[in-house]
Amino acid sequence: MSGERLLTIDSLSVTFGGLDALKNLDFHVDEGEIVSVIGPNGAGKTTFFNMISGMVAPTAGDIVFRGESLLGFDPNQVTARGIARTFQNVRLFANMTILENVMVAQHCRTKQGVFGALFNTPGFRREEEEIRAHAEKVLGFFGTRLIGYRLHQPASVLSYANRRRLEIARAMATKPTIILLDEPVAGMNPKESEELTGLIGKLRSEWGFTIVMIEHDMNVVRDVSDRVVVLDHGETIAQGSFEEVSTDPEVIEAYLGRPVEGAS
Amino acid sequence: MTAHLESGTHEVIPARGGLDQNWRKLLRYGGLLALVLVFVSLIGMPVKLDSRIVVEPYISMGYLSLLWLPALLGYTVSAEKVLEGMASHARGAHELVAGAIVGLVGGAGLALLIWGLDTRDLSDPLVNWGDNLLGLLTFNETVGYGMLVWLGISTGLGLLGGLLHLLPRTATRAVLTALLAVFLVSALESALDDISEGFRLEWLFEWLFEARGGLTPKGAIAVAVVAAGYVVFGRSRAKAVRQRYDAMPTVERTRANAALLVLAGVAVVVLPMFLGKLTNELLANVGLFLLLALGLNIVVGLAGILDLGYVAFFAVGGYTTAILTSPQSPGLSPELPWLVALVVVIGMATLAGLFIGAPVIRMRGDYLAIVTLGFGEIIRLTVRSDWASGLTGGAQGITGIPGAGIFGVAEVRGIDPQAVFYLVAFFCAVAIYVSWRLERSRLGRAWMAVREDESVAEAMGINTVNVKLMAFVVGAILASFSGAIFAAKVGSVFESSFKILVSIVILVVVIVGGMGRIAGVIAGAVVLIGVLGGPNQPGLLAEFSEFKLLIYGALLVWMMLKRPEGLIPNVRRSRELHQEEFLQDAWLRGQVDADEEGNTTGGATA
Repeated sequence: MSGERLLTIDSLSVTFGGLDALKNLDFHVDEGEIVSVIGPNGAGKTTFFNMISGMVAPTAGDIVFRGESLLGFDPNQVTARGIARTFQNVRLFANMTILENVMVAQHCRTKQGVFGALFNTPGFRREEEEIRAHAEKVLGFFGTRLIGYRLHQPASVLSYANRRRLEIARAMATKPTIILLDEPVAGMNPKESEELTGLIGKLRSEWGFTIVMIEHDMNVVRDVSDRVVVLDHGETIAQGSFEEVSTDPEVIEAYLGRPVEGAS
Repeated sequence: MTAHLESGTHEVIPARGGLDQNWRKLLRYGGLLALVLVFVSLIGMPVKLDSRIVVEPYISMGYLSLLWLPALLGYTVSAEKVLEGMASHARGAHELVAGAIVGLVGGAGLALLIWGLDTRDLSDPLVNWGDNLLGLLTFNETVGYGMLVWLGISTGLGLLGGLLHLLPRTATRAVLTALLAVFLVSALESALDDISEGFRLEWLFEWLFEARGGLTPKGAIAVAVVAAGYVVFGRSRAKAVRQRYDAMPTVERTRANAALLVLAGVAVVVLPMFLGKLTNELLANVGLFLLLALGLNIVVGLAGILDLGYVAFFAVGGYTTAILTSPQSPGLSPELPWLVALVVVIGMATLAGLFIGAPVIRMRGDYLAIVTLGFGEIIRLTVRSDWASGLTGGAQGITGIPGAGIFGVAEVRGIDPQAVFYLVAFFCAVAIYVSWRLERSRLGRAWMAVREDESVAEAMGINTVNVKLMAFVVGAILASFSGAIFAAKVGSVFESSFKILVSIVILVVVIVGGMGRIAGVIAGAVVLIGVLGGPNQPGLLAEFSEFKLLIYGALLVWMMLKRPEGLIPNVRRSRELHQEEFLQDAWLRGQVDADEEGNTTGGATA
């Protein structure tokens, strides 16, 4: 399944004050992979995402995407190079409509400026058409939930699950190579998360995205991941297929704790 | 009484007794009324405005500045929100007693002031403390008489305020509209004089107004009857038109909008021809500030950058024009034609926008506001400084700026306010077009995203620094246009015309009108600059110019409390400010999707 090496992370560390949020992390993603990052709360998973997407600068180490180091790039430059993300605590543009949320995400893929807008040039109109068409195509991926009369409703009226879907749609609209999903099914009921699991598979098979996902729901992780990386206290403690990882004693210890000495 | 609530969930419980009061609240309101009455008296409003007659010979604006307060507070003390599904009391003696008591306490405050005026002399810190005020408050009779009369008047007006609760809603509205109409017509006397001449309606004007000023009693009654008649008979029709407009399909509505736009355009072109010099001058001022407000609206309303130093760009436009066109500019004096100078102005404004914007734009929120405030002053102080006075004339400013020649067709200068108005109107139209186009473009969406959540916008691939700089520059160019016209209109520029107050006034225009909405900004400019006047420009209510800033402030506070989205709000902003109510409404209409929806239509995505 996996193709060319897309993203390589080389002994990445970040320190907040005296706290090592991440320590010498090595990580890689190949094209077409679905990689899950799991770990107990506070393991540094979201920091890891923030660092890839340029929101937090690492203290040491390197992030290489397609042979180019991403260090020192602003988040928008990272996105422009093809890494999009969603947020754990859904952060939509709540007062913009659903359509606008997805249209605005195509900013870095389009280029019409003040001149085109003022004189309504053919180029401007064509680009607006394309933006809109792509937006509707992306929203259509989630069935009828986000299209139709919904297009022009503000994002704030959406249900929780639909907000999560719209976040994914917004990330898709940036035309990325890799999508970083930060707990995509958190807070969803079993049925919804099962459905979304299917959609994550389709993100790869139909749209060709490579996916790195943080998730706590082990059913989802098991169903879609090619590879699972386990973080604890900012370090990789295990890596491999779901079966390998789930039987790893160190992982079990990280999640459940060590048995008390002497207690039979 | 509750005709506006059709649903049967609303329950009315019997009226409370007259003495079954929340005394603490009454005292609080009464005390407030007393304080406000004394405050208004001591800032000199009654004395200053006494010469201005509302209805000859009965009432002057000076007395009016005191009289409306007891009625207002007498009304608000027992105003309560009627909520659907909640029980509320029927109205009765309770409201009357509450209003009267509030009025009585307020009147006592004023009586105390009269007694104080008579027995003490506090004219040292309080400049308006003196015989003028005493004479006015006692109606030139004895002190005891004055005190008693004010107790009576205030109690009576409070009672009337309470009485408004007992009237049917239409009647209340009719009464209030009639009173407001009488006040407005009399306040706008000089403007109406000016307009009536243009339309050959002097006969109507002379019938309505006394020669010495003030409405005639029969004129006042006529105005009141017309206004009340509109409320009773015309309002429902106006509402129906509005509803039909709302119900129109998009295509038809676009057509209706276009028709309205053309109509407004024609009105803007034709009306000034009928108006006198005074009104045209006023419109020109409104236009200048509207142009500024439209520019600031892009920066604050669309991109969400709170710029408190916006006047800097106005100054850049004004000074660049002055230096380039005036033969008397001290340093450089190329004496370019106005239109050529305008091209340079655009360049200078862009540079200034980038120069100020680049360091400022990396900050957010309050920090940004403070820094822009500083930059606004820096520009003005630089212009005034000795260092720059070789170019800008320092405190002497630059005079002798010729008018704006438009391709030899017209020469626009201050003595011809109608031409200035047309020039300003043209640039306002440009600004409106620019705002309208940009709002619906890729850039406009990016601005909105930045306003909503800057970090997320950046993570979604928007170069926030560039996008915000762009807003800054577009805003700067529009402000500089206003500055260029201002220089040509006034014929001179002084640094004192570009004080921080201008920035504040423009911001107030945008906020009061409705941030992020063009119609709102226009309404704000007309109401504030047209009626009250700009920082140095007189408005329709020229008598109020001394109290202009007080009224600005009071209006702003009231708006923030009662209608933070502005007079004509932007849909998005009012949603933001009334998120909960909005969601509740949407829920009632069944538009919010419930979380369960994901279950019921589970497989629909395949």
